[in-house]
Amino acid sequence: MDIPFKDPPPTEVRNLAGGEYSTIELLRHAAKQAVERKYRDFVIVDVDSHHYENETYREVFKYIESPVIRRAALESAERPGRSNLMNGQVGYQDISGRITRQRGRAREKTEPGEQRDIVMTKRWMDSMGVDYACLFPTPMLFLGLHPQPEIETALAQGYNRWLCEEVLAKEDRLVSMLYLPFNDPEAAYRTVKEFGDKKGVSGFMVTSPRYKPVHDNSYMKTYALLEEMGKPLSFHAAYNWNDQSMALMNRFISVHAVGFMMYNMIHLTNWVINGLPERFPNLKVMWIESGLTWVYSLMQRLDHSYMMRTSDAPALKRKPSEYMREMYYSSQPMEMPDDKSILEATFKMIKADTQLVWSSDYPHWDFDLPSVIYDLPFLNETAKRNILGGTAAKLFGIDPKVVKNIPGDIVAPGSRPLAGVAS
Amino acid sequence: MREFFVAKASELKSGDRRIVTTDRGAEIGVFNHEGAYHAYSNTCLHQGGPACEGLMINRVAEVLGPGKTWEGEVFAEEMHFVCPWHGWEYDLKTGEAVGNRKLKLRNYDVVEHDGSIYVIA
Repeated sequence: MDIPFKDPPPTEVRNLAGGEYSTIELLRHAAKQAVERKYRDFVIVDVDSHHYENETYREVFKYIESPVIRRAALESAERPGRSNLMNGQVGYQDISGRITRQRGRAREKTEPGEQRDIVMTKRWMDSMGVDYACLFPTPMLFLGLHPQPEIETALAQGYNRWLCEEVLAKEDRLVSMLYLPFNDPEAAYRTVKEFGDKKGVSGFMVTSPRYKPVHDNSYMKTYALLEEMGKPLSFHAAYNWNDQSMALMNRFISVHAVGFMMYNMIHLTNWVINGLPERFPNLKVMWIESGLTWVYSLMQRLDHSYMMRTSDAPALKRKPSEYMREMYYSSQPMEMPDDKSILEATFKMIKADTQLVWSSDYPHWDFDLPSVIYDLPFLNETAKRNILGGTAAKLFGIDPKVVKNIPGDIVAPGSRPLAGVAS
Repeated sequence: MREFFVAKASELKSGDRRIVTTDRGAEIGVFNHEGAYHAYSNTCLHQGGPACEGLMINRVAEVLGPGKTWEGEVFAEEMHFVCPWHGWEYDLKTGEAVGNRKLKLRNYDVVEHDGSIYVIA
């Protein structure tokens, strides 16, 4: 593979007209950052990244157990762009083509016989300096809004089987928190039972836009099982423009900014106020892709009301913020206020040194590089390394071994002592 | 400071651009827009993306009616270039980030002589 910036000639002039698309070329500045910051010296774990499962629906849907739904799904895969078995959302994350990788990725070459999701994912991981990534789907983030719970369950099971067998079993650098078909609590329970011990399954994930409350009694046995197995439960944010409140907004920017916070605010509020941390004290809970400012706000809102209305939350033995400070939060999209002291206060509030876990969300439109954490002036080196990988490696049970291969880096991976992973 | 060759003038037509890497490794985007040359740092002020390598697109402007009612949107004359990583837009004539014009990419002088274009860095 050509390395664009390594040993460049004294002057190099590139013409940008046309040509193939290359992840490594697009991210060559990310690789430069990774080299300059010496990411080779410590492990980086990305807790939230994506692939586009719709690009391989024909393969994924073969894993659906029900022959009837399998046939319907495979037929749907033959006519993308028209109404089909999958539900969708209005959305234009590519900003009318300004985010060029959304279209360009179709032109990227991989070798015949290679598992394309694995190859494409490892290219951006190496460019950013990521050792291990937790991989999530993309269109299926809206599957919780499917009007037919049995379809959600069938597609989720098929996807989970495909992911375990075709991706996680074959690539040690990829893990996932598997999709939980949450509209059918029994199916959610069965999913944890079936997949909890599979290779690369680091936990389970609930897509946040959905309308059955997390404190519903039907979920308790699933939470108990997760706690017993030591598998984290995560809530991955998304939006629902058809929600009555969201439908008041006329722009994607608005729906994205509010929608990606709203459902996680609601679920976390229910989770804490109904005392689920008291019922499942050892269950690790993670909130994904809502940024950080909402946590800072919600902690203060709930604490303020709780002291006046303890009778409304009789299960609690501590203030809501104290439970929240024991949960995990993914960093992306990390808000960057002009006044960094505000960000520093947020980090302090959520106990970032041990509870914040970096995520890229790549290849989605608002991805973050590791440098959003590494370049913060108020973090010491240990805190940076914990947030970028140490904490997540422990949470996921990953051996924190550096395995990345940063394009253009001068030192071969694996030849140095590891540092910076908190015990 | 010295001159770095960009292209033959005949090869850099309006709408074309080149990325020049200097001997110190700095990347500079050189644009020809309607006969005028513009050159900026190719490192986005946001997260360091290749700022000069994305879409070139006119500013989107809102159209209001006489009673300040919203009447639609148009592409205005102002030309932007867009960082392909996250969509930060820059004014081609000034290098300003259009979302916050206090932020500006470093700009470079461009000269033309003997039928060739050079950027000074």
